[in-house]
Amino acid sequence: MKKKTSGLKLYLHYLAVVVKSAMQYKASFFMMAFGQFMVSFSVLIGVYYMFQRFSNVKGFTYSEVLLCFSIMLMEFTLAEIWARGFDTFPSMIRQGTFDRVLLRPRSEVLQVLGSKFELVRIGKVLQAIVMFVYGMTHVEVHWTAAKILTVVFMLIGGVGLFTGLFMIYAALSFFTLEGLEFMNMFTDGAREYGKYPFGVYGKRMLQITTFVIPYALVQYYPLLYLLDRTENDGFIFLPLLALWFLIPSYALWRYGVRKYQSSGS
Amino acid sequence: MKKYISFFRLRLVTGLQYRTAALAGMATQFFWGFMEIMVFHAFYEADPAAYPMTMEATASYVWLQQALLAFFGAWMFEGEIFDIINNGNLAYELCRPIHIYDMWFARSIALRLSRAALRCIPILTVAAFLPKGYGLELPASAQAFFWFIVSLSLGLLVMISLNMLVYVASLFTISGDGLKILFCSVVEVLSGQIIPLPFFPEHVQRILELNPFASTGNVPFRIYSGNLSGQQMYRAILVQFIWLIVLNVVGRMIGARGERRAVVQGG
Repeated sequence: MKKKTSGLKLYLHYLAVVVKSAMQYKASFFMMAFGQFMVSFSVLIGVYYMFQRFSNVKGFTYSEVLLCFSIMLMEFTLAEIWARGFDTFPSMIRQGTFDRVLLRPRSEVLQVLGSKFELVRIGKVLQAIVMFVYGMTHVEVHWTAAKILTVVFMLIGGVGLFTGLFMIYAALSFFTLEGLEFMNMFTDGAREYGKYPFGVYGKRMLQITTFVIPYALVQYYPLLYLLDRTENDGFIFLPLLALWFLIPSYALWRYGVRKYQSSGS
Repeated sequence: MKKYISFFRLRLVTGLQYRTAALAGMATQFFWGFMEIMVFHAFYEADPAAYPMTMEATASYVWLQQALLAFFGAWMFEGEIFDIINNGNLAYELCRPIHIYDMWFARSIALRLSRAALRCIPILTVAAFLPKGYGLELPASAQAFFWFIVSLSLGLLVMISLNMLVYVASLFTISGDGLKILFCSVVEVLSGQIIPLPFFPEHVQRILELNPFASTGNVPFRIYSGNLSGQQMYRAILVQFIWLIVLNVVGRMIGARGERRAVVQGG
């Protein structure tokens, strides 16, 4: 237990250091934050104008899509903030700084997580929050305790899923020594296309996103529950099922650490 | 002129080396293209009457956009240029008997051409065999194809001129990161990369078509499928041409000022 609390303390300390160093470049910081805000905002503009022209897509209205997009964006953003270290991990491998991490008497996952905490993502977070509140309040959903619980589970499951994906991305670089561009389609791509419920992309896509990489478990099915498209109460807990994805991700990471041969200088 | 051409060739050959990256990139682009088309189909089903382009033209648009991502992708900057501004190696650059604006321009063309050369043919070939409404159609006519090539070349040059503005502006701000990310989000909306411009309401579209970003991919892709033809097409190409000149005049002016007052960083 003691080890756990001190681990958290260490993580918070890492954050404080990163915040201080970011504040040394204030102008650049604010421009970046604004830019981050604009990036997801431009996606929203696209959705908005599509619905100016069409009243629905596969039976989902604008406000329903907005709810879907906002929850997905929140899941992704939260995961990205805290698991960002995995994203820049390939450069850590290349420069050989991972050796230092291994030498320290702390969990290597914790150290990697803390190595990079980008404050500029505040713009993204802000946008995710604005979108989230907007989506939650504008959709015609009769909010009940069960539904709020569903949203919470969606966030938990989604953060877990994306963290797993980031971890795979990092673990793969043990073998390739560089970041793999194609992994983007599973992370950024999923956030991007997750703006529409996965049912929109056809049956085959829905199967893949249910059984292979379980995006639909944290997005499509619970959404159906939120929108009263299904009576099945089991859908509330589906998002948590997505957490199974962390098991193979972590296994791959462990395998990578064990196989790791130093590189860089 | 000769030195810029040889520099261009050097960068082009270097760029062609990254074949694995190109392969991975192609896989990604297939996926994105496919997802994009599925969304457009879903909207098409919802209300075919409200659809501003034919489904075939939309599919062609998406595939051209994916195949030629290297031409018009907003984030595709030469990282090295920002690096030399940031770390002070700009000093060497200024010592050389070359014009930095021209050299960076040549360099950007090489970067985008080499990336596109590796990726576009395979993507277009596969896309051409996909079923109707999902794949790439043949160009609307021989004439359309001719103007497509003309407009594509102009579009590439306009895109690079826009990049150049960011490079020369970085001479003033030192760190190009903020500018870069702002630039990307603006480009994606205004150039029709998020949704093609015809999908915007008519009054919005009419204004958007005149912006410099719309003179990049938007024009050639729509000429290809015949969505843009006749009088309107000539007008759009003329707008491209005007922007190319204006952007370069402005870019050179800012560049010249930046060069004069550039602070060399680092040591």
